[in-house]
Amino acid sequence: MDTLLPLNIAQLIGPVGEIIAIIALGFGFGFVLERAGFGDSRKLAAQFYFHDMTVFKVMFTAIIVAMVLVFLLCALQVMDYERIWVNPTYLWPGLVGGLIFGAGFIIGGYCPGTALVSAATLKLDGLFFLGGVLLGLFAFGELVPKIWQWFLGAGALGRYSLAQWLGVDPGYVALGIVVIAVGCFVLVEYVERMMASRKEVR
Amino acid sequence: MARQAKAERQPARYWDPYLAGAILGLVLFATFAVTGHGLGASGGMARLIAAAEGQLAPDHVQRNPELATAVGGAGHPLDHWLVWMLVGVFIGGLVSGLLAGRFRLTTFHGPQITPRSRWALALIGGTLVGFGARMARGCTSGQALSGGAVLSVGSFVFMLSVFAGGYLLAYLFRRVWN
Repeated sequence: MDTLLPLNIAQLIGPVGEIIAIIALGFGFGFVLERAGFGDSRKLAAQFYFHDMTVFKVMFTAIIVAMVLVFLLCALQVMDYERIWVNPTYLWPGLVGGLIFGAGFIIGGYCPGTALVSAATLKLDGLFFLGGVLLGLFAFGELVPKIWQWFLGAGALGRYSLAQWLGVDPGYVALGIVVIAVGCFVLVEYVERMMASRKEVR
Repeated sequence: MARQAKAERQPARYWDPYLAGAILGLVLFATFAVTGHGLGASGGMARLIAAAEGQLAPDHVQRNPELATAVGGAGHPLDHWLVWMLVGVFIGGLVSGLLAGRFRLTTFHGPQITPRSRWALALIGGTLVGFGARMARGCTSGQALSGGAVLSVGSFVFMLSVFAGGYLLAYLFRRVWN
């Protein structure tokens, strides 16, 4: 028998209903990003100077909340993990692309989603960043298929989860990640206080 | 760190990071539950670019496998969930900014640089981010956040790599932000 989740949304409410549902989910995403302060490049960049670890806190809280709910409902057989999209792993493009992305993040101060929120609230640096993103996507699409097509498939492992890699039940992996995240939260709170007191001394 | 707000109109405070993260996690979970996939931002932008190229140079797009897949599929190339999600993110950010009193024309920049150099840096950084996101098949939303929550190995590699790239160059660019 099929599990309830994920819903077969297009069949349930039709293609227009599906579009409305996705816009609503995107709305929630954009709203939270703005409320978390991610429309401000200074707040995002402060992450890399240890003054303000909001990026880390928001991101990891979101990951563990969604992860625990997904694997809990899968364990209860309400959700089917096999029908959930798990980004296929391509080790080398992910690693190199991540480094380039990280460099762009500290130079430009945003990522694509936060830049969109920033531009939506009339921040010109967000708008310029967004223009850059489109330029980078364009450059990649034009250059890479010709030059580096072979590289894009390097280290391809397909749909590959941490649970498969470690050879344990996903529940234990999820639990482990929650423990690590909580430990990191304690650490970053300490780091933030340390940086704040150092600033006062100066 | 004084957040310099104009005295006449104080914007609303940002949410507590853990609260914001928990709500973001619920939105992400709801997206998985309703659609079977996570959130995304750069993918929709890639489709915008590919669709624009398709309008201007259709033959060129058909000859390029990377672009052909981006506009491929039935119907209009922009009729795709990644593009609809962008519409939602834009409206969500706009509404939140309006309600919070943060909808204001300005440029965020470090105290030691001018708005003009900030724009140049934003453009350069954005270009690298767009390039890297396409190479890594996703950004902080579609790859790190969404793939991380469902335990994709590649998503964790990408996430660590992004933080490594940022921290490695942070010292070099300290005058831009501090």
